[in-house]
Amino acid sequence: MKQEYTISLFTEDHIGILGQITIILTRRQINIESFTASESAVKGVYLLTIVVTTSSELVEKVAKQMEKLVDVLKVFVHTFDQIIYQEIALYKLPTKAMMSGNIIDQIVRSSYARILEVSPEFIVIEKTGSKEEILKLLDRLEPYGVLQFAKSGRVAITKQVKELHSYLKEMDEANLNNNKPAEIPV
Amino acid sequence: MKSENETEQITAQANGQELMTGADALLRCLIQEGVDTVFGYPGGAIMPVYDKLLDYEDQISHYLTRHEQGAAHAAQAYSMVTGKVGVAFATSGPGATNLVTGIANAFLDSVPTVFITAQVVSTLIGTDAFQETDIIGISMPVTKWNCQVKKAEDIPEVIAKAFYIAKTGRKGPVLVDITKDAQQQMIDFKYQKCTYIRSYNPYRPLNIKSIESAAIMINHAERPLILAGHGVLLSGAEKELKAFAEKTGIPVALTLLGLSAFPTDHRLYAGMLGMHGNYGANVLTNQADVIIAVGMRFDDRVTGNLKKYAKNATIIHIEIDEAEFNKNVPVDVAIHNDAKEALNYLTAHVKDNSFEKWIREFRICDKTEYDKVVKPETKPAEGQIRMGEVVRLVSELTKGEAVIVSDVGQNQMVAARYYKFTKPNTWVSSGGMGTMGFGLPAGIGATLGCPDKPVITFLGDGGFQMTMQELGTMMQYNIPLKVVILNNSYLGMVRQWQDMFFDKRYASTALPNPDFVAIAKAYKIEARKIELREDLKDALQKMIETKGPYLLEITVENEANVFPMIEPGSAVSEIRLTY
Repeated sequence: MKQEYTISLFTEDHIGILGQITIILTRRQINIESFTASESAVKGVYLLTIVVTTSSELVEKVAKQMEKLVDVLKVFVHTFDQIIYQEIALYKLPTKAMMSGNIIDQIVRSSYARILEVSPEFIVIEKTGSKEEILKLLDRLEPYGVLQFAKSGRVAITKQVKELHSYLKEMDEANLNNNKPAEIPV
Repeated sequence: MKSENETEQITAQANGQELMTGADALLRCLIQEGVDTVFGYPGGAIMPVYDKLLDYEDQISHYLTRHEQGAAHAAQAYSMVTGKVGVAFATSGPGATNLVTGIANAFLDSVPTVFITAQVVSTLIGTDAFQETDIIGISMPVTKWNCQVKKAEDIPEVIAKAFYIAKTGRKGPVLVDITKDAQQQMIDFKYQKCTYIRSYNPYRPLNIKSIESAAIMINHAERPLILAGHGVLLSGAEKELKAFAEKTGIPVALTLLGLSAFPTDHRLYAGMLGMHGNYGANVLTNQADVIIAVGMRFDDRVTGNLKKYAKNATIIHIEIDEAEFNKNVPVDVAIHNDAKEALNYLTAHVKDNSFEKWIREFRICDKTEYDKVVKPETKPAEGQIRMGEVVRLVSELTKGEAVIVSDVGQNQMVAARYYKFTKPNTWVSSGGMGTMGFGLPAGIGATLGCPDKPVITFLGDGGFQMTMQELGTMMQYNIPLKVVILNNSYLGMVRQWQDMFFDKRYASTALPNPDFVAIAKAYKIEARKIELREDLKDALQKMIETKGPYLLEITVENEANVFPMIEPGSAVSEIRLTY
């Protein structure tokens, strides 16, 4: 059964890593629904957050293929209940929409959005929330003439307790033991 | 008067530095990594490297192939017979793209190789400059890792990383693309081998828990079967495999690329797996109750219909690449370790055992296969020469101790089926990719890797013509490769499928062929053509005894089909012995 998965990848800063990751998804005909990249809490380590809709079997397979990449440190696959996530959206409307009473102001307040900028020609509204909330606000603003709408990819924080640096420490330790031959009990 | 460069070098030497160009540094890196043989083809962007090669002639032998694809295949074959990292050079643009088939081939067969391509001057990258191509982008899906170097100072570190990645973990090809200006800049050379990459840890602590539970399953098995693949050879675990099989008494079946990992004359040898493998190995896979898969990846050519594959068996999978577990076949016990270490530990934990009744079933299958397939193929009383009898004769004349190379198709399946391998790493073939044209350049690479053994490559008339320009390489370096062309005037395997599944409609598979002997002779290579059975043994004997390069063309039965065969969509147990 298909469902939405959030894949979090921690990677080194190697040119081409994005290409390698998208190739893995493309080969399996998995569409990237949203994508964000930024530096993580660990300096020099990048966090890529990819949202896909696929089967649990396939997402596990592609995650393993991704983790196999030389420059990928760790890959986590999450269902929506395992993460706290947000997206951000900007809406541009003509300033004259504000002229029709304080309706826009009401919509903005009740949606927990805010007005970012007001100029003689246009206003920009910002909203942080789930995809559903963001699209709902878009619906509500639509009658007042939305000139532009832009939405970010997902950013996510995991609920799990074990953090990246403890994985990195484990990997380092394993790496340091690397050349030791396995002990063979007689 | 001394040139500016020389003056600079002398001053640097006085300061304890070793100044040299990037091209020079590259070759010094290769020497540090133990490289003494390189295959390649020069061109504009890589000229600084080729120029420097002349200064290292005593340490690095460069073999000029006649096409970059040939260099890539030769490097792969060299690696497969020596266990060393194979290295090939190519220039930018078409030089680099010509390597791609060979790189993909090495990728699918996990062969440790390092490909060095040159790139246009860094300031021209992205401008569609002459002979500029994005080889990093192109090679991304077919390399284990790739990297572009734009500064000479980065060359030593990247090359060290390339070798470390190529030869550790699940081995594979790495490509390093070096701009022409990086080859020409001066650097202070220092080299340190790579032993650590934070994001890449190829060494796995022994998975003791899994191995011990595997041992319990093996100790309670009634019809266990070992499926061993190329990973056994890549890990150097042939002895461990033999010790494990002998202690437990479990029969060993090999994949196509696993051939030579276990001696074919061993009483526990169960045969080759897969589409044209042995009858017993395939049929009895579906009767086994425990399968121990070692260094193999359950390729579709091995499993046939997955829905009907090994349904009676508990599957233990020993594999270095975690992504292979459950990829095709659900695994009961995954042992994510190097084959050698895992087998060693496992052998210590299993009990001495024997499965005489179970092994007898393999021998019964062997008898059936011998009567219906092997005998008519290797000892035909009449008709034209059969491929199988050629290979079996070569096997007898070389006592199973030659290095055998094949192209792809019927010649490959017949070589795999009828040569009786006795020593590890004596089989070189294109497995995953099935690259026609592999056989001749791979034969060249294998011969250079094994100067003390006879090397024989079996080609079809189709595959030979895909890379036959490499006869020029054989001629130039007097490479004593023995080339056997099994000429049926068809693209035999495709014709076989047309025969079986396309109502005998032979679309574009018949080949009107040139005079191969005349072509060989034009390259000053001794050659002969035979058509009659009575000439076969003498001709093969003469070929094997010849010191230098030799080409023997043998006219074989035109429309012979390779059997047994698991038809596409069929289960391994539904393997057909005859048409």
